[in-house]
Amino acid sequence: MCSMRKFKEFIIEKLILICGLASIFFVGLIFLFLLKEGLSVFKTVVPFKFILGKSWYPISEPAQFGILPLILGSLLVTLGAAIISIPIGVACAVYISEIAPLKIKEILKSGIELLAAIPSVVLGFIGMVTLVPWAKQLFHLPTGLTALSGSIMLAFMAMPTIVSIAEDALYSVPRNYKEGALALGATHWQTIYRVLLPAASSGILAAVMLGIGRVIGETMAVMMITGNAAVMPHSILQPVRTLTATIAAEMGEAVVGSEHYFALFAIGIVLFIISFAINVTADLFLHKKQ
Amino acid sequence: MKNPYRTQNIAFFFLFLATLLIVIPVGLIVVIIIKKGLPAINWQFLTDIPRQGMRAGGIFPAITGTMYLVTGAIIFALPIGLLAAIYLSEYSKDNLLTRIIKLAIVNLAGVPSVVYGLFGLALFVVFFKFGASILSGSLTLGIMILPVIITTSREALESVPYSFREVSLSLGASKWQTIRHIVLPSAIPGILTGTILGLGRAAGETAPILFTVAAFYLPRLPDSIFDQAMALPYHLYVISTQVPNVDEKIRYGTAFVLLTLVLFMNLVAIIIRYKFRKKKKW
Repeated sequence: MCSMRKFKEFIIEKLILICGLASIFFVGLIFLFLLKEGLSVFKTVVPFKFILGKSWYPISEPAQFGILPLILGSLLVTLGAAIISIPIGVACAVYISEIAPLKIKEILKSGIELLAAIPSVVLGFIGMVTLVPWAKQLFHLPTGLTALSGSIMLAFMAMPTIVSIAEDALYSVPRNYKEGALALGATHWQTIYRVLLPAASSGILAAVMLGIGRVIGETMAVMMITGNAAVMPHSILQPVRTLTATIAAEMGEAVVGSEHYFALFAIGIVLFIISFAINVTADLFLHKKQ
Repeated sequence: MKNPYRTQNIAFFFLFLATLLIVIPVGLIVVIIIKKGLPAINWQFLTDIPRQGMRAGGIFPAITGTMYLVTGAIIFALPIGLLAAIYLSEYSKDNLLTRIIKLAIVNLAGVPSVVYGLFGLALFVVFFKFGASILSGSLTLGIMILPVIITTSREALESVPYSFREVSLSLGASKWQTIRHIVLPSAIPGILTGTILGLGRAAGETAPILFTVAAFYLPRLPDSIFDQAMALPYHLYVISTQVPNVDEKIRYGTAFVLLTLVLFMNLVAIIIRYKFRKKKKW
């Protein structure tokens, strides 16, 4: 009886260990399969030309696979979103953690969670019916599907991440820092500006990085709003196409095993490496804080 | 000399303004969708198949498809995620392996959704030859929501006081008995919250199902898990960008149903967490 139970527990504990390792396994598996499919493209295209080539014509004859316009498209949209979302997001985090009364704090936090929960395709849809016509009218453009519209919409997707992580960082600053500053006669704002923000800086930096990571990886809203023109971007008021949107828009038509299919997986490798780098760095910052 | 209190008032005003800049648009988004989407909702819209190239009829197959996908994802992700959370909270030691596992979870959460789509395509659709099917889509979504479930379940397990475990162990219960009968029951509300948040996430994602399951137009219900299916988020994408001249009402109606579904799940999760926090005995 007793040994039977011990055996059962032994099995369960091994199962728990295996599941504990599952995350490592899946991250490895994702990378492996991206490499398996994506590296094939480099049999025909030189990596240098793939990254820095200026033309993306995957189905013309001969096909050209240069992802520089896509990289720049992603960068442009991300930069715009970062400029909008970082100041607003950090300010909102400060407001929630330091100024808002307890009741309002709870409501605001739920509101931010709500924003995080809205599916990206719904945000894309809303952007299409509100932002896009607005941008077209305001700037007298032939189309409102521009990098700018994408940046504004993406800023809203980055904000929940930035606000909640930055708020955590501010919250975890030891209480006596704040009390010390106040006791020395500093105003509440001086305390926030001179003591809390510097003390929480590495956590806030991590928040910003994770927010940007979210923006670079965002797919549906970007594809619906930015106009999908795979050309070298010249202005924020032009249509652009991002790395993610290219995969989402073209994989449906690419034949499995074709050069185009491999090239889209190679873009996946680029995205995976970018997100991996961002997450590892952000994690280092978060741990430095502790 | 500048008056520091005046500076403070100005600063606080701007912080408040920034908060409004986030909160008001969120409110507007929800209000617009409710105002324009609600009139489109009727029994026929919810239970009929799409007709006339998705320009009329209802969205029933898309709702069912999303339900199948979400159920499949949770069947896959909940057991693995829960056991992984148990490992991290009860068994892991503070060493390099644990550090790597945590880093892997963070990375899994950060992988762009479209990359999950590629992965699902390469592994489940092509390599395992499941084809574009509910099975492939569910597994892809399941891996995607794994970090959500692990993180929230782990927090729930770790918030159970250490003394609970000590009492149980001192009474002669084994480690697994303690986890099974003492720790898990106390952590159930937290685990439930995580599961529902994962469900909501899986229901709303589009990019991972683009190439693994989604059918552009399939005016019938799927027969088996190896069948393709329509899904709400993909359907919204299709009727708002790929099909011309779709009545605005249908677009807003679809957006309304999707948003309601996702927000409802999140609301339930928030309520469970709130009640649990109030009732907490420790």
